[in-house]
Amino acid sequence: MKVRGTKLTSDEFHNKVIAVKHAPEIEYDWATGVAISKFLKGLKDGKIIGVYCDSCDRTVTPPRMFCEECFSPMSKYVDLPDTGIINTFSIAYIKTDASRVEKPQLPAVIDIDGTSISPSGFLHLLDEINPDDIKIGMKVKAVWKDAIDRTGAITDIKYFKKMEDA
Amino acid sequence: MEKVAIIGVGVEGFRSAIRELSYKEMVYQAAVKAYDDAQINPREEVDTFISCEEDFNMGTSITDEYAPDQLGAAQRTVHTITGDGIQGMAAAYMQIKTGMFDVAVVEAQSRVSDILTHNQITNFAFDPLYNRQFDAVYHSTAALEKRAYLEYSGTSEEAIAEVAAKNYNNALKNPIAAYGVRAKASDIMNTDMIASPLRDGEISKPVDGAVVIVMASEKVVKEKNGNPIYINGISYATNSPNFDTRDWQYAKYAKLTADRVYKMAGINDPKEEIDVFEIDDTYAFKELQHLESLGVYDKGEAGKAMLNGDLGSKGSTPVNVSGGVLGVGNAHDVNGLQRIAELVDQLRGHAGRRQISDANTGMAFSWRGVPTTAGALAILSKE
Amino acid sequence: MTKKVGMVSVGLTQFQRRAKETGKELAYYSAKMALDEAGITRKDVDGVIIGSAPDAFDGVHQKHEYLTDGSGGFNLPTMRGYVGGGTGVFSPIQGWYSIASGVNDVVLVTTEEKMSSVQPSSQAAFLTIFDNMIERPLGPNLVWIFALEMRRYMEKHGIPKEHIASVSVKNKGNAIDHPSAMLGKKWTLDEVLNSELLADPVRLLDISPVADGAVSFVMMSEEKIKEFGISKDDVAWVDGVGWNVDTTMWTNRDLYYPKYVEKAAKQAYNMAGMKDHSPEALRKWLTFAEPYDPFNYKELHHLEGLQLFGKGKAPKAAFEGVTARDGDFPVTPSGGLLGVGNPIAAAAGMKSAELYLQLTGKAGKRQIDGRDMERGVAQAWGDLMQVGTVLVMKGGRIE
Repeated sequence: MKVRGTKLTSDEFHNKVIAVKHAPEIEYDWATGVAISKFLKGLKDGKIIGVYCDSCDRTVTPPRMFCEECFSPMSKYVDLPDTGIINTFSIAYIKTDASRVEKPQLPAVIDIDGTSISPSGFLHLLDEINPDDIKIGMKVKAVWKDAIDRTGAITDIKYFKKMEDA
Repeated sequence: MEKVAIIGVGVEGFRSAIRELSYKEMVYQAAVKAYDDAQINPREEVDTFISCEEDFNMGTSITDEYAPDQLGAAQRTVHTITGDGIQGMAAAYMQIKTGMFDVAVVEAQSRVSDILTHNQITNFAFDPLYNRQFDAVYHSTAALEKRAYLEYSGTSEEAIAEVAAKNYNNALKNPIAAYGVRAKASDIMNTDMIASPLRDGEISKPVDGAVVIVMASEKVVKEKNGNPIYINGISYATNSPNFDTRDWQYAKYAKLTADRVYKMAGINDPKEEIDVFEIDDTYAFKELQHLESLGVYDKGEAGKAMLNGDLGSKGSTPVNVSGGVLGVGNAHDVNGLQRIAELVDQLRGHAGRRQISDANTGMAFSWRGVPTTAGALAILSKE
Repeated sequence: MTKKVGMVSVGLTQFQRRAKETGKELAYYSAKMALDEAGITRKDVDGVIIGSAPDAFDGVHQKHEYLTDGSGGFNLPTMRGYVGGGTGVFSPIQGWYSIASGVNDVVLVTTEEKMSSVQPSSQAAFLTIFDNMIERPLGPNLVWIFALEMRRYMEKHGIPKEHIASVSVKNKGNAIDHPSAMLGKKWTLDEVLNSELLADPVRLLDISPVADGAVSFVMMSEEKIKEFGISKDDVAWVDGVGWNVDTTMWTNRDLYYPKYVEKAAKQAYNMAGMKDHSPEALRKWLTFAEPYDPFNYKELHHLEGLQLFGKGKAPKAAFEGVTARDGDFPVTPSGGLLGVGNPIAAAAGMKSAELYLQLTGKAGKRQIDGRDMERGVAQAWGDLMQVGTVLVMKGGRIE
C-alpha cells in the first residue's frame, strides 16, 4: 500500500516554504446567564454557591439552571463551605502554549464539601504545598483574593491549600 | 415506506440580544417547549439528538462538548452537525429511516450577541491562502452575487426592494420576529449603499435565538396521536467553496438540492403543488434567486411575480409569510429551523393572523450565508 | 428497513508533524486513493461525509465548507458530523446511516486534520475547548485533563505505571509496519518510564504526537456492491454502531471509568445481535480491537469501557502480552495514535481503516495471522472526557 504526503522539517516549515500568516482578532463577550452569574457573584462575595434539585434530592456545584439528570428546572441556590477534598490532581510542567516551566502548576478537581454526589466540584489549582505530599482524598480549603480585588471570576479563589487541622 | 414526522417545535427568541440567559439556558427554554409540544420526556423517550453549531460562532473549540445537558441528552446518543438546522434534520431523518431510532431531536442556536467581532469570524471562513487577505466586509461577496443575478435574470431593483418591504411587513404579524416594521419599497431604496448594488435595507440583521425540533417514526406518531407534520422530502447540497469555481448567477446548490428533494417527495410542479413557501432571504435578492433556482419560477419571473403581488400573503405563491430571515432576524444556522417552525404553524393551522387558508404542503429552504454555497431543503405536508 | 452497508475501500495519507500539503490536498490524496481502490469515480458517489475536529487547527471557520472540494464533495450533498476526538470513528457511522436509511447508495467519507497550521502550538487551540466562564481563566491545557483522568484511574485500581507504559512499547512497535506511521520504533519499557515528565503522571512517551493527515473510505449498499461486481473478499460489513456523549459537567463525574463508552459499545453490540456482554464472550466474538489510544492509559481505559476486560483488569493483561499483535486478543495492531500519529479526526479514521484492512487481509506486515478474521471493533473518544463512538465490522467472507 502506497500512501502520499510530503514531510517538511521544522526549518523547511518555518523558513523555506511560502506561508500565509493570519492572526484573527476575534473577541467574545459571553452572557453568563442565570446560574453561572450567581456562582460568579458568590465568588466575588467570598462564597461557593451550589444548587439543589428537588426531584433528584441532590446538591451540586457549579450551579446550573436545570438538572441534567431529570431535566427539571433548579432554583434553590445554596451557600457551600469553601472546603473540599482532592478528587484527582496533576503536577504539570507544561503550559498552555506547550512551553515548559520549572515550578510546576498543580491543577486539581476539588470535590466541594456539602454537595451530595461525588465528585461534585470544579477544576482549580493547589499551592502552598510540596507537590510530593499531595494525595487524592486530602482535605483542602480555598485561599481567596482580598475582597477589594475580587471581580466575580473563578480566579477570585487564588488556589486551594491543605487544611492544617485535617 | 415508513414516514417521518415532526411532532414538536420549541422556539426561544428571536431578539437582537438575549443577554439574561446563557447560551445553554436559552437552548433549555426552547427544548422544554418542544418536549411539551411533543408530549415526550427527553430523558426516556428520545433515541438520538443532533445539535447544529460551529466552533467559531460559539467561541469554543469542539463546541459539541457543551451540547448535551440543555437538551436532556447527557449520556445519550448525540452528535453535532456543523451545518444549518435543516441539514441536522436530514441527519435525523436518515437515522430514523435506518429503523434503529424512533424519536430524534434537532437543535440549532444563534448567539451573535456573544460575538464582538462578527466580521472577523466570517472573514475567517474565506480561503486562507488567497481570499482572506482583502479583509472586505463579507456583504461584498453577496453584492458580487447580486450583480451577477441582476444581469443574468433581468430582475429589477424595484422587485428586490419590494421583497424586503413585504418581509418586514409580514414580520409584524409574527410574535417570534425581531425586525417587523411598516416599510415601503421606496424606504428600502433609500437606505445606505453598503456594497453596490446592495443596500442596507436588503441585508438581514443578526438575532439570538434557538429552535428545537422533535421528529418521530410513524410508529411513535401513531402511539402519540399528536399533531404530526410529515417530511415528504429532505436533502442538502454544496456547490463550491472556491470563488473561482462557483456559480454566481444562480444558486446551483438550490437546484441540486431541489432535484433530489422533488424526486423523494414526488413533486413535478412545485409552484402548483406547494401551498406555503419559506425561502432563504438573508439578502432580499436571494429570495427571488432561490425561487428561480428551485424551479418554482423560471429565470427572471420571480421578480415579476413579486411586482404582481403573487408572493404576498394573499398571493398565489405566498413566500415568507413569517417575515423571512429579513423580518425574523438572521440567526445563521438556525435560519432553516425558523422556516420549519413557520411551516409547522401554518400546516397545523396555528399561524394566527399569518394563517394561509388551505395550507396542506409547504417548502422550507435555507442557505448557510456568505461565503458558503450550501443549501438545504425540506418539503412538509399534513399527510 | 435497515439496509446492509459495506466498506469497500480505504485511502490514507502519510501522517507527519508538518505536511507540505494543505488540508484540502491531504483530503484529496486520501479520497482519490479510496475511489481508485474501490474502482469507482466521483460520478458514482451520491453523498459525501467529512470528519474533522476543531476549526482552530486548520485556521478556517466553517471548515467543512472549505474542505468540500478536496473531499470530493463538489456539487454533492456534503455533511460534517462532529464529536471531537470521537469523529474519526463517527464519520463512517454517518456513512452507515446515510446508506442504511436508503437515502444514499455510494458514500465517500473523508476524515482530515492539519494541526501544524496553528502556531506556535496546537496546545493553544486546545485551551478553547475548556469552559469559557469558569475554566479558561485558570489557563488549563489538554495534558492536564489526561493527567487528572489517568491519576484517578490508577488510584482507583492501584495500577502500576509499568503496566500502562507497556502499551506505548507495544503500539509504537506495531507502527513500524504501518506505511502512514511517523513514530514507529522499538522502545524499551525503561525509556517510556523515564521520558520527560510533562504533567505527573503523564510523560512524553505516554502521549501520541500531533500530526497532519487524512483517511478516506468508500461505503456502499449491498445492491451497489453487487452491481459494481466487487468481490466479497474486498468488503467489510458494518455490523453494529453506537455513540454516546456524557454530561458536560466533567468535574461532577468519576473519571476512573468511561460509562459513555460502555453505553456506546452496548448499543453497537446489541445492534449486531450480540447480547452477551461479558468480557470472555466478547473477546471470543471479536477477533481484535482498535480502541482509541491518544495516551497509553486510554487504550486500557477504553478496553474496559468496551467490556473487553473487567474494570481495572486491562493493564495487567496488556503487560503480560495478551493484547500483542500475536497475543490471545490483539489490540491496536495498527500501531495506534501512539505510533502512527494523531491528526485528530484522521487518527481515529486510521483506526476504522485498520478494521477494514485486517478484515479483508490487506494489512500487509501488520496482518494478524493464525486465525480467521471474523470481526473487529474500532472505538474513539473525545470532548471533555465525554464521547464514545463504536464501530463493529465483520469480514465480507463471513456470512
